Amino acid sequence: MLENDANPTISKSTGLPRKRFYRARAHSNPLSDSHFPVPISPSEVDYSLHYPQLFPSNDQRDRSKKIEFADIGCGFGGLLISLSTLFPETLMIGMELRDKVTEYVKERILALRVAHPGQYQNISVDRTNSMKYIPNYFEKAQLSKMFFLFPDPHFKEKNHRRRVISPHLLDEYAYALRVGGIIYTITDVEELGEWMKTCLENHPLFEALTSEELEADPAVKLLSSATEEGQKVARNEGQTFQAVYRRISAAP
Amino acid sequence: MEETPAEEGDTNKDVEVAPALIAVHPTEKSVAVAVGSDLRVFDLVGNCPVSLVDESEAPYHKDSIRTICYGSKGKLFVSAGDDKTVKIWSTESWRCIFNVVSEKRVSAAAISPNGLHICFADKFGVIWVVDLDGGVDGTQPLANKKAVSLLSHYCSIITSLEFSLDGQFLVSADRDFKIRVTTFPTKPVNEAHEIQSFCLGHTDFVSCIAFISNLECSHGFLISGSGDSTVRLWDILSGSLLDTCDIGDKVELLESKEREGCHSAVTSLCTIADGALVAVAVQSLHGIILLNCDLSNHTLSVVKVVSISEETFIPTSLSTSCSTGYLWMVTGVSSLHNLGHSSLARVKVISGFNKDDPNSTANKVSIVEDDAIPGGMKLLEKLQGGLTFDEKMFLAAAEAVKTAMSNLLTKKQYSTEKRDFRKRTRNDRKLKQ
Ligand SMILES: C[S@@+](CC[C@H](N)C(=O)[O-])C[C@H]1O[C@@H](n2cnc3c(N)ncnc32)[C@H](O)[C@@H]1O
Repeated sequence: MLENDANPTISKSTGLPRKRFYRARAHSNPLSDSHFPVPISPSEVDYSLHYPQLFPSNDQRDRSKKIEFADIGCGFGGLLISLSTLFPETLMIGMELRDKVTEYVKERILALRVAHPGQYQNISVDRTNSMKYIPNYFEKAQLSKMFFLFPDPHFKEKNHRRRVISPHLLDEYAYALRVGGIIYTITDVEELGEWMKTCLENHPLFEALTSEELEADPAVKLLSSATEEGQKVARNEGQTFQAVYRRISAAP
Repeated sequence: MEETPAEEGDTNKDVEVAPALIAVHPTEKSVAVAVGSDLRVFDLVGNCPVSLVDESEAPYHKDSIRTICYGSKGKLFVSAGDDKTVKIWSTESWRCIFNVVSEKRVSAAAISPNGLHICFADKFGVIWVVDLDGGVDGTQPLANKKAVSLLSHYCSIITSLEFSLDGQFLVSADRDFKIRVTTFPTKPVNEAHEIQSFCLGHTDFVSCIAFISNLECSHGFLISGSGDSTVRLWDILSGSLLDTCDIGDKVELLESKEREGCHSAVTSLCTIADGALVAVAVQSLHGIILLNCDLSNHTLSVVKVVSISEETFIPTSLSTSCSTGYLWMVTGVSSLHNLGHSSLARVKVISGFNKDDPNSTANKVSIVEDDAIPGGMKLLEKLQGGLTFDEKMFLAAAEAVKTAMSNLLTKKQYSTEKRDFRKRTRNDRKLKQ
């Protein structure tokens, strides 16, 4: 079931494989329609696979240190790489649906780690469908930043429910983000930009950052320049539309 | 996207059968059974069958009913399913008092403890809410109602929906192993944005959930049954898993292990005697498993397997009232095409549960003889649609029950070839190319 379940499948008391994990594995297709492993819950995410230098052993790792930034639909990983050196103490993960693209990002990070010893240890990527499995990766209020850079537009009205920003999905993002955490969105498609802004504006758990706050936030500067998609838009001198909102607590 | 629930639309009608459902009034004033599109109710107070009155434009259900339940106060009853209608009945008059049209087929429904709202889930994973205008008095005229969307499980079919006992939370379980606990909004009820927790730990579809009452905790403790052969106990505030009870081993001891796969998937569960006991129905087990739930120690353990001598009685649904010591069971399916029968349902009752001493229960529970169950033969005639059944029919039904349960709970497994074809012909892919 899990690619990274070497530890939880072994019983701590007996040292033997725990049956319930293997029972699930016996099913021909544990996650039925998904063809990639999904962590059963956030505590089963194997940090030693993602950040081997920081967590040599998943079993004995410091459980208080958790992933704090998520780049949703990270594509080729440009944002993670820029953020890695900007926030060297923060753990971050990219979530990407396309298998080949994910493999590419993995290779890219490994190569950077070799070329710059001690650096790029805090970033990783996983192949998953972020629209379904956010709660499997992050506990409530675990994240301080979520990035949605140049997401697929899904123009047709009936496909709007496929958009990664939607009123219902924002509920899940609000769950994963801590109060004060920030959600960053940017697109070159005006209609999608309007849509994302409207969804965020209408959501009771988010409020827009002021222009001073935007100015002061180093992550904002990366939105239009750090990713491959952003660079393409910049080369074509295209316009971009961003919406940056803060997670606030619910009105009493 | 990886998948769309549109796949549910093109199901093969010949193999798609709906399992029979049972629900008992909270103080056992009546019992309801749904088989296929047929809703059957027996009045235990008047000791007579009930004739439902439905004056809506599309009266009664036109396709398989997938969910039925009573409100916790016993005044309301809801039925819904594949015909995309949700009907809310007064249990006083047994008239349909609210008729709600859904865009999609309905897979689960629940009535809020204060009787002011109905929630239902559709096949796209969206949960809707209907405001009942301050409740019902039983004599009001029929009203058509609109539902508004409340929350959604992205592209996953919701298998079960329950309100916490205090009505503060709405809990939804899905086929992607997830249980979501959402704060039920007070006013205005349109969107439920605050997720209290996710209860994660099941390694296969979650088929059923129920609440156990507890003095120290007004919302109650949650239990869930799953295709992973376990029943789990949860604290919904934090989403923490308190205990896991593996019933697979018990079933394997009893049944020959002739089949692989979801052989011992939990299909239905029901709390008895204030929640000290939990009755569990398991795919392919002719009987039920009784669990003891010890809330002071947060443990769930198997007390006893109650087998039913008839090999063909594999319960598809369980229910109990808070007032009596009876566990009501039904087995049945919507249609048995090959035998030319429209449907089949068989009802049985187990008695002998002891609220004050759950441990002694193990020795006392027994299957009630047909003529000794409340309502007697008259009840069976109404709820089963008959009293005698051909053994051959039962065998066929038992098979159909297994198929129905698998179809309901597990996702379609397409052959690689078919999957590729579906991928190629899907509209969204075409657009991208
Ligand atoms: C237009 S690209 C943008 C990539 C990157 N953020 C950038 O700015 O260069 C959108 C990406 O989102 C990914 N994606 C789409 N839906 C997704 C989902 N549900 N979960 C994870 N990734 C998804 C796509 O595979 C694609 O790589």
